[in-house]
Amino acid sequence: MAKRSKTYGLLAEYETSGALYAACEKVRDAGYGAWDAHTPFPVHGLEKAMGMKSSWVPWIVCVMGFSGAIGGFLMQYWMSAVDYPLIISAKPFNSYPAFVPVTFEAAILLGSFGAVFGMFGLNRLPTLYHSLFNSKNFLRFSDDRFFISIEARDPKYGLDKTRTLLESTGALSVEEVDD
Amino acid sequence: MSHYIPPFHEDDLDPVEGRTNLILTHPTYSELTETVAHPIENPHKVWWIFFMAALSLLSLAGLSVGYLLWEGIGIWGNNVPLGWGWPIVNFVFWVGIGHAGTLISAVLFLFRQKWRTSINRAAEAMTIFAVICALMFPTIHVGRVWVIYWPLPLPNQMDLWPNFRSPLLWDVFAVSTYFTVSLLFWYVGLIPDIATMRDRSKTFIRKVAYGIFALGWRGSHRHWVNYEAAYLLLAAMATPLVLSVHSIVSFDFAVSQLPGWHTTIFPPYFVAGAVFSGFAMVLTLMIPLRVWLKMDHIITTKHLENMAKIILLTGTLVGYAYAMEFFIAWYSGNPYESFAFVNRAFGDYGWAYWIMLSCNVVTPQFIWVKRIRQSPFALFILSIFVNIGMWFERFVIVATSLHHDFLPSSWGYLTPTMWYVTTLLGSFGLFFTLFLLFVRFLPIIALSEIKSILPQANPHYVDPKDDDDSGQSATGEVESHAGAPADEEVSSAKVVIADSAAIDVQPPDKPDKKPDKAEKAAEEKAAADKAAADKAAEEKAAADKAAEDKAAEEKAAADKAAEEKAADKAAEEKAAADKAEAEKAEAEKAEAEKAEAAKAEADAKDKKKAQSDAFTFKPPADKATDEEGSS
Repeated sequence: MAKRSKTYGLLAEYETSGALYAACEKVRDAGYGAWDAHTPFPVHGLEKAMGMKSSWVPWIVCVMGFSGAIGGFLMQYWMSAVDYPLIISAKPFNSYPAFVPVTFEAAILLGSFGAVFGMFGLNRLPTLYHSLFNSKNFLRFSDDRFFISIEARDPKYGLDKTRTLLESTGALSVEEVDD
Repeated sequence: MSHYIPPFHEDDLDPVEGRTNLILTHPTYSELTETVAHPIENPHKVWWIFFMAALSLLSLAGLSVGYLLWEGIGIWGNNVPLGWGWPIVNFVFWVGIGHAGTLISAVLFLFRQKWRTSINRAAEAMTIFAVICALMFPTIHVGRVWVIYWPLPLPNQMDLWPNFRSPLLWDVFAVSTYFTVSLLFWYVGLIPDIATMRDRSKTFIRKVAYGIFALGWRGSHRHWVNYEAAYLLLAAMATPLVLSVHSIVSFDFAVSQLPGWHTTIFPPYFVAGAVFSGFAMVLTLMIPLRVWLKMDHIITTKHLENMAKIILLTGTLVGYAYAMEFFIAWYSGNPYESFAFVNRAFGDYGWAYWIMLSCNVVTPQFIWVKRIRQSPFALFILSIFVNIGMWFERFVIVATSLHHDFLPSSWGYLTPTMWYVTTLLGSFGLFFTLFLLFVRFLPIIALSEIKSILPQANPHYVDPKDDDDSGQSATGEVESHAGAPADEEVSSAKVVIADSAAIDVQPPDKPDKKPDKAEKAAEEKAAADKAAADKAAEEKAAADKAAEDKAAEEKAAADKAAEEKAADKAAEEKAAADKAEAEKAEAEKAEAEKAEAAKAEADAKDKKKAQSDAFTFKPPADKATDEEGSS
């Protein structure tokens, strides 16, 4: 917010995933940080070309899954053996083999919540408004075009310098996007 | 049938991976978007006819359930000993149908079966709607719907908790978890495609509606990385989940002490049956849909055939389970158990048993015949039989074990009332209403996923048409982009291939693209070419380079000596390569520069060997042919 400028940044358009891949490598090697690629589908290996680290989602799922399992079991144990012990079918209060299915389901349920909502959180979704949507052309990202956006807040950003860089990558078009 | 040779065109091959293309007719990305968005943006009038039919069935459900709630489950005639009746039959039937969707979306995803991408969206939708139908039945079957929340572990004024030792309670957790996870999985898959719909929207309402559900998706690769991790993990969790759900449903039966139910084979047998019935339902839905929505190049015969094979496998597993039940009943030496099974086949419900057996065990065996499994019409009929058979399987299991209680005085026979039938038909109305709404408003094909399996989606892809002159024109760009992915795991070698005109030749490891040409060994060809090339190189510019390997020589020849040597070498080489000439001629027609003698020679040599790579992609072709043939 503090450094908000009038421009969001530059948006370069590419026709093929191969061209995008090569371009991403150039942008990465030029040392930019606040930039992104926009594709209609996940282009495989692009995270390498962009120099990205691996996702945090698995760790969230791991933590959530184990909490689900532990929580699910403790819930059953507490309800069946502590809070209101009832003898049913002459089974012990803590009849743990019978608690396995619900424990398992709780682990899966919380793990899935972790995967989906963890992903939303890491991706800051929903973000219904975004400056990139100011570009009409950008909407083709969900159809058949590939884009690179470099944000103006990147310390390396310079309108002419960055534009030259993007143009040297064989972009179909390079446009400035308003914030 | 000696050896099956599939109808094969070089065009059908993925140039990078060398496998047969899953999506036919080489669509571009935007053509796919158009195809998938078309039924949503320009709905067919026929849709209304189907929708009205489904709605009227749904109103039947409304009527039946309304009357049931008013009057009580007595209207069904459920009574001792057959307290479970049709509602539980229907419940198991619908849950089972749901399983194919998860199998396609999760299990096939883990196995990297790319063909799943054409059908997974619709199959997942089917799962969710089938589970909704399934959940309806136990809910109304309890009789007092207004206290249906009792199985949930909610604090209450009596300070009582549910009994976690009961399989019925496990079922509550299993099915509700299954529903939730399936819904999340489906929605996560939908987000990029809803964004596509949002970006195409013309009207305000659509923009807002799709816009909200697309969550502001902007295809960011930083998002895709998290997205793909989440999707993979959801698949990894949904896989054991789907197995657990029908296992737990089978525990409803197997954990009880009734002859005919109390068997350890139930969990795997139920899971196989679920997948069996689910795939049949997918076929029932997709075969008309692909014709109606003109998507038969996306959902191809190959997709149908693959599903048919899974039906054959699971149907045979189910048949094995039927046989094994009988064997164990006899082998156990338990007279109650033996009686339950003899009674199942030859007792009062014998008719149902034989319907089940013929539909579930005999029908799928027709799939062994290739002509049948490649005929959509035959598969459609077959899938209907499987659907019927699987409903009867659940009916047989529920009815036969219950109707003969331990005391002959409490034996009974279940005669279905009208309300049984209307409720079942009504559940189909619910299912089809939901499914038709889905077809009307959401992309029924996972767009972002099918785009990602197109050949051109791969960053290594070089369009063969562009590639002819890539040596001259696009060198810089091609090089950087061919060089880049080389450090990556994906078959980097094949990238080079696409550039072969410029870079050089890879010896074809699988020489011929068609079986009938196998005898004209490419080795011969290659040898001839190489000899020619060697000579050329040696004579002219390469005398000093003789020590280098052949590749180097060829390059030298091509680069340095080509022009000078061309004229005199031409005759020699042409003679040597005559065999291959005919084949090559068509391919080279396009190249105008071929006419030039000078370039032609060097190119000719390379092309002959690399032709497969640059143009027709021989080695993969051969692989694909084998695969098809052996399957």
